[in-house]
Amino acid sequence: MDRDPRVCVMGEDVGHYGGSYKVTKGLADKYGDLRVLDTPIAENSFTGMAVGAAMTGLRPIVEGMNMGFLLLAFNQISDNCGMLHYTSGGQFTIPTVIRGPGGVGRQLGAEHSQRLESYFQSIPGIQMVACSTPYNAKGLMKAAIRSENPVVLFEHVLLYNLKERIPDEEYVLSLEEAEMVRPGEHVTILTYSRMRYHVMQAAKTLVNKGYDPEVIDIRSLKPFDLYTIGNSVKKTHRVIIVEECMRTGGIGASLTAAINENFHDYLDAPIVCLSSQDVPTPYAGTLEEWTVVQPAQIVAAVEQICR
Amino acid sequence: MACSATTRIIHNPLAISSSRSAEKSDFSCKILSPSSFWGSASLGKKLLSVNKAISPISRRSATVVAVSDVVKEKKLKSSSSVSNLLITKEEGLVLYEDMVLGRAFEDMCAQMYYRGKMFGFVHLYNGQEAVSTGFIKLLKKEDCVVSTYRDHVHALSKGVPARQVMSELFGKTTGCCRGQGGSMHMFSKEHNVLGGFAFIGEGIPVATGAAFTSKYKREVLKEDCDEVTLAFFGDGTCNNGQFFECLNMAALWKLPIVFVVENNLWAIGMSHLRATSDPEIWKKGPAFGMPGVHVDGMDVLKVREVAIEAVGRARRGEGPTLVECETYRFRGHSLADPDELRDPAEKAHYATRDPITALKKYILENKLASEAELKAIEKKIDEVVEDSVEFADKSPVPARSQLLENVFADPRGFGIGPDGKYRCEDPKFTEGTAQV
Repeated sequence: MDRDPRVCVMGEDVGHYGGSYKVTKGLADKYGDLRVLDTPIAENSFTGMAVGAAMTGLRPIVEGMNMGFLLLAFNQISDNCGMLHYTSGGQFTIPTVIRGPGGVGRQLGAEHSQRLESYFQSIPGIQMVACSTPYNAKGLMKAAIRSENPVVLFEHVLLYNLKERIPDEEYVLSLEEAEMVRPGEHVTILTYSRMRYHVMQAAKTLVNKGYDPEVIDIRSLKPFDLYTIGNSVKKTHRVIIVEECMRTGGIGASLTAAINENFHDYLDAPIVCLSSQDVPTPYAGTLEEWTVVQPAQIVAAVEQICR
Repeated sequence: MACSATTRIIHNPLAISSSRSAEKSDFSCKILSPSSFWGSASLGKKLLSVNKAISPISRRSATVVAVSDVVKEKKLKSSSSVSNLLITKEEGLVLYEDMVLGRAFEDMCAQMYYRGKMFGFVHLYNGQEAVSTGFIKLLKKEDCVVSTYRDHVHALSKGVPARQVMSELFGKTTGCCRGQGGSMHMFSKEHNVLGGFAFIGEGIPVATGAAFTSKYKREVLKEDCDEVTLAFFGDGTCNNGQFFECLNMAALWKLPIVFVVENNLWAIGMSHLRATSDPEIWKKGPAFGMPGVHVDGMDVLKVREVAIEAVGRARRGEGPTLVECETYRFRGHSLADPDELRDPAEKAHYATRDPITALKKYILENKLASEAELKAIEKKIDEVVEDSVEFADKSPVPARSQLLENVFADPRGFGIGPDGKYRCEDPKFTEGTAQV
């Protein structure tokens, strides 16, 4: 926001309140109420407003107080963010960033625990990225703001408390590249967002058991970085996808199709996709635990695929 | 609070009888049941009394009368005095030419559609020209216009060349959107036409955003910016959530926007009265803290008077206005609409109030121009429209290479392929045959 005065933030409670997860804390004091705009509760309209502002020269960042609320903005995200550059024959660009906390939290109930990446992935004309560490959150956010394309940036409700040392000097990550978390030889585990941590926990157990998993955080949910993923598949010949999306029509489903299409010859075993159950996330803690993939399941899957 | 002393309700000018509409008002009362039609003079009077009872804003401004009414009264006394006219000769000719262009263009669209030159959903603007001309001819190039699928004439009024619009309708690469948008998606960055939207209501937030940019430029970027945005939409849209959400935000932040409702009483086959609990749309403005104005949308001069005031308000930073233009579309909702539900008597009534005929009469009666000059304009427009068809016919269809362009402003958004290169670097990408 310092570098470019056209960058502004819009969303519910982003200004005086500092954001529902304090992501925009202090910004309104520094930049004023117009640059950090507290909107009324009208997701579809303020997302559309961001599109109109982007078309006329601003670079707005829209916050969904919870990503699930952006379902109300689906009209604007799909029809306007995604399509206007094309239907206007390239005349107007929509450099918006749409971001917010999503994913399954701690007993937040079904509606506050949604994974919209699967719903948005078919929209032509938008890019989707998911951050998972403070380092890549900053880098991806900068890249998204600077991108001329509309980008949906998925943050996770349970990852806001992570602490990490990050470089002082400025850095910007690539929106289209995946991140190699842990190189390995036996199996490729593809994951993103919070499941990365479940995977790394499982990896500890696996290493003790003598396995060498390669863990890749795909980061770019749309488009997939088929280069990094492909190189890994060519090396290990076994793929497990671990995601928090629902099984049906999720990111894992698309990724499975993409890998099968491009790297079929390199696979020694069918791709295993571990996703959340196709249920509305229950409130009860035990039930909630069983809807998402747990480290023990990942360990079991690796043992199975490596036999 | 937006209800400042400077806001005023311009009461329905038809309520005060003028030489033009007096003979028509009784006619309308007979044809349509009083409750179904809000354009007649007697109902206008009813509106006035309703105003005073219900709306606090109108109570404050009840003594204020529209400029056009004052002028008309003077005109009745001395119609030979040119200085009391609402427009100069130049303005009159500009307005006339613009409306004739709109009408001729749309008529040509119908012809071309039935000859198989354009396809899909085409929505024509015949009959509503006074609204587009009345408002858009007041704008600067930098001001923005947002419309709906009935957008050909808004684009033309704003200055998009007829050739580009016709080409777009034919789906040719020389169209204003390279053939990628079509009838319902007219965009022009040069002329600040921000679309062209197929879903109703979808454009209103975009217009609100453009107005927000104008305010942002002034207050944050400290630029000298007084750009105004006009959002055009219909009566059906006024029952949509986005309409109300944007009225709220525009009034809240005093955005420089005018919400222009083209109330043609029909949303495809749904009569406005069957769909709306309170059909008086202008009343919904004061509910959100902005003035709501009702105007006869078949009379370009009345529309223009209201528009001058509303656009002026926005430019001065006084905030938004909701203008309900009572108008009518002579054709069906689209070229595919058999238009069986509308009462032929209603259509006949409005046909007598054709805005182009009315303006022509005004110009000739007040000796602003001669019959010959108007005929010359009509001939010129015929040539422009013919030329646009010829141009569109001769233009090439988009090549396959255009398929994948423009999906992303930054084509790296298509990602990295298995070979490590960005997909947009693949030659098949520019050929349009790449699998993305």
